[in-house]
Amino acid sequence: MVGSKSTSPWIKVSVLSACLVLFIFPFAIVLMNSFKENRAITSGPLSLPETLSFDNYIDAFGKMNYVAAFSNSFIITVCSVLLISVFAAMTAHYFVRNNNQLNQYTFMIMVASMIIPFQAIMIPLVKIYGSIGMLDSKWALIYMYIGFGSSLAVFIYHGFVKSIPAELEEAAMMDGCTRIQSFFRIVLPVLMPTTVTIAILNVLWIWNDFLLPSLVLIAPDERTLPLSTFYFYGTYSVDYGPLMAGLVLTILPVIVVYMFAQKYIIQGVMQGSIK
Amino acid sequence: MIAEKGLWNRLRTRLLFTGPTLFAFITVMMIPFFYGIYLTFTNWDGIAITHSLVGFQNYVAVFKDEAFWKSFYLTLKYVFFTVVLINAVAFLLAYALMNKLRGQTLFRAGFFLPNLVGGIVLGFIWQFIFSNVLVYIGQKGSIPWLSASWLADPDKAFWSLVLVTVWQYAGYMMVIYIAGLMNVPKDILEASSIDGASRWTQLRKMVLPLMVPSFIVCVFLSLQRGFMVYDVNLSLTKGGPFKSTEMVSMHVYGKAFLSRDYGVGQAEALVLFLLVATITLLQVYFSKKMEVEA
Repeated sequence: MVGSKSTSPWIKVSVLSACLVLFIFPFAIVLMNSFKENRAITSGPLSLPETLSFDNYIDAFGKMNYVAAFSNSFIITVCSVLLISVFAAMTAHYFVRNNNQLNQYTFMIMVASMIIPFQAIMIPLVKIYGSIGMLDSKWALIYMYIGFGSSLAVFIYHGFVKSIPAELEEAAMMDGCTRIQSFFRIVLPVLMPTTVTIAILNVLWIWNDFLLPSLVLIAPDERTLPLSTFYFYGTYSVDYGPLMAGLVLTILPVIVVYMFAQKYIIQGVMQGSIK
Repeated sequence: MIAEKGLWNRLRTRLLFTGPTLFAFITVMMIPFFYGIYLTFTNWDGIAITHSLVGFQNYVAVFKDEAFWKSFYLTLKYVFFTVVLINAVAFLLAYALMNKLRGQTLFRAGFFLPNLVGGIVLGFIWQFIFSNVLVYIGQKGSIPWLSASWLADPDKAFWSLVLVTVWQYAGYMMVIYIAGLMNVPKDILEASSIDGASRWTQLRKMVLPLMVPSFIVCVFLSLQRGFMVYDVNLSLTKGGPFKSTEMVSMHVYGKAFLSRDYGVGQAEALVLFLLVATITLLQVYFSKKMEVEA
């Protein structure tokens, strides 16, 4: 076994527990203070709330336009991730099965493009899409996420498609499947574990992304959750109670999903890194 | 090899399978990237419909922009400390979590938690901690180095940013290191313990060399994230006090979208891209040389 058996496990567990407390402490502080009045927060940020008052939450819920922000984030994340997964799987599959020079070069360009940081593209992106009037809509944002996210997804799928025997598809096509049918009925289900990995990496990125939505979405009711948190914090920066509640409201959906899908999320990050 | 009969059928399949991805990739990544290179040679101000070519004038302006080089130097310093600390903490956590341990899942889940939350929110959480909670502790307990907000002092504000970044990413890299540690073959470690190798020797002579691929991935990721830091920077310090924590990404944003100096801003973004590309490629090249087979 890797690791040490000689040191007492108790010492290790207590050191790790101390680390865990440090990691969780910031979240606990925010949660605790979200139930308090502004005065109680500034005079004693470490003390427990005296009563369980949800006033801050009601306040933040309305001022953040939470329902709209949440559904914008939800629609953008779900649509982007679904489209990236399906389109990238099709492209990677095509590249592997039609391994000619043109496809090899295209694949290489896509892989190489992963080193380009978003900051090198954002100014021309805003200029081009602004001049054709394609800014300020979540559909434009989804379209951009497909463009930015497809390279990594094609790269990861490419490695997996190679391990699927082509005979599977050939057999399906002998039985009368068209190529597209054999892709959706045979290949895509086999690729499912990879799709989960890609979906997790993309959800983590797109759900929390700030810079791209802040450049693309201008109208307040198009805002995503991170954007809405940002403007909310900027506007009410002295009233800590609602601010803390706002932060909790932003974090809450993520924690709920994490509790159910923890195993997959950790595995997805592990697998995404090995490729 | 699966191929359709006839040119038209082949073209249709190609468009069906690669069309959507490639169209989005080219229009969102490639065209803006090359158009961006062109923009660095123009004097576009962001509003005017026309712009004219100005040659290398913007690049000259980049070299004269002291604030840019200051933020550049700050970013290098920030990247150096965050990369070292993130990876040290992440590896130690992963190594400690390798043995079967009570509460192992809980530890992993807890250390990973900050990565689920966006940088903007993490920055706001810590802004509250630095300017309220720690100050409160400092004043109540008469601890001088805590009794004033770290975010108000240029030097401490920089280290606050480093601290939050390490806290944010250590758990993510830990997960990657755990994956790497699980791939270290158990039999060679057992064989070496029978031969009398100590834990420390095993770690130095076997585990670390076999972990080089994981180190490459983690250093690569933390380098890229470090150079591009924006949202935590914005919500934690806003670049202040006195621009003492303005990282290069924030500077480029300000140059283009606030000062409306798009040509110069884009030229600075390209200088940044070239530097990051060089550093990450060099890093991958040299660390690949260190890889060993089990």
